[in-house]
Amino acid sequence: MGTVVHILSWICLTGGACFVLVGAIGVLRLPDFYTRLHAVSVSDTMGAGLVLAGLMLQGGLSMVTVKLVLIFYFMIFTGPTATHALAEAALQAKLKPVVDDREP
Amino acid sequence: MEEHLINNVLLGLLMMTGFAIVRMKSLLAVTMLTSIYSLLSASLFVVLDAVDVALTEAAIGAGISTILLLATVARTTDEEKAPRHKPLLPLFVVVATGAALIYGTLDMPNYGDPMAPIHLHVAPTYLHVTPEEIGVPNVVTSVLASFRGYDTLGEVTVIFTAGAGVLALLGYRTRRRNSQDPEIRKMVVLRVITKLFFPLILLFALYVQFHGDYGPGGGFQAGVIFATGFILYALAYGLGNVQRIIPYRTLRIMMVAGVLIYIGVGIESMLLGGKFLEYRILADDPVTGQHLGIMLIELGVGITVAAVILIIYYGFVSRRH
Repeated sequence: MGTVVHILSWICLTGGACFVLVGAIGVLRLPDFYTRLHAVSVSDTMGAGLVLAGLMLQGGLSMVTVKLVLIFYFMIFTGPTATHALAEAALQAKLKPVVDDREP
Repeated sequence: MEEHLINNVLLGLLMMTGFAIVRMKSLLAVTMLTSIYSLLSASLFVVLDAVDVALTEAAIGAGISTILLLATVARTTDEEKAPRHKPLLPLFVVVATGAALIYGTLDMPNYGDPMAPIHLHVAPTYLHVTPEEIGVPNVVTSVLASFRGYDTLGEVTVIFTAGAGVLALLGYRTRRRNSQDPEIRKMVVLRVITKLFFPLILLFALYVQFHGDYGPGGGFQAGVIFATGFILYALAYGLGNVQRIIPYRTLRIMMVAGVLIYIGVGIESMLLGGKFLEYRILADDPVTGQHLGIMLIELGVGITVAAVILIIYYGFVSRRH
């Protein structure tokens, strides 16, 4: 039992780290503000969420897990809101997205 | 081993952020980088097991000061002015100071050395005496509020003086009730989420305030988090609406009241026949007295810190462009 939970938690932690890494690569490689924002939101939601899930499995049924659930609740609300607010602000500042207008 | 690795990675990132701050010309980007710098230092404090300091650094360094700097940049310019003088003299001063500091570290004891003077002076007494005489699980709180009550009173007075100084320099102008950017009015998601989280942030501030005896936290951190809640509300709904909740006049009274509560606890213990800030005299049982005294002075600290930060924020934002 203990080993299975341990392995599961490490799968979650590694998966979360991978999503954060993908988000970071995206910020560096993608061409304009909106697509970069899209990359950041991946590490905000899936990355942080999976890392928190992994930590919850490590914590077991304890006060630590309750606090982690609260942090998770906080993250799933604030992350997308921040992304949305940034995109909205960029749109209102008339920042044009880079569009591929070549013929398909 | 892992701890050394984490420490070195964090210190390396700190150094890179420092260089980036020096190289950048856009003050907006520099503001965000200073926020990252604070967050990295907060992580470093967590690795060093200084959780109370980390909480303060994250709340003040990465939170409040970023907002205040952004408010300043928004009201002035975000372009760094080119210096008129040659950079040789500042470079020399920085290199000389840095060399002196590094020379100073050569005499310091090794990191984590149990025989270092700092671990042999008063720290053992604090650790030994806290469980019996004060009964507070978080030794940081007992040192800050009880053993070093005078120092903390000094710190609160410094914060109060800073607030009074900003008040004298910036002044304050009343704004109309709905003076708010029309763009933000359109951001429905932001406004709804702010309304949802505003009470939760205040609740968390109260938790940090009154749970400081048991876990990391206390008046300084709680005051900052409290002020952050109101600043978030002001960002989404405009300064005018926040002033309906906490008017400027109330803040000025709160700023003074916090310091007065602190001094009042000290005078009360003198009136009861003890020394200044001798809490154990406050109740029949010395441990209960310590609890009461710590709770009251932390409350005073929290009130003053929250009021000063909000006063500074009001002062910055109420100014015209």
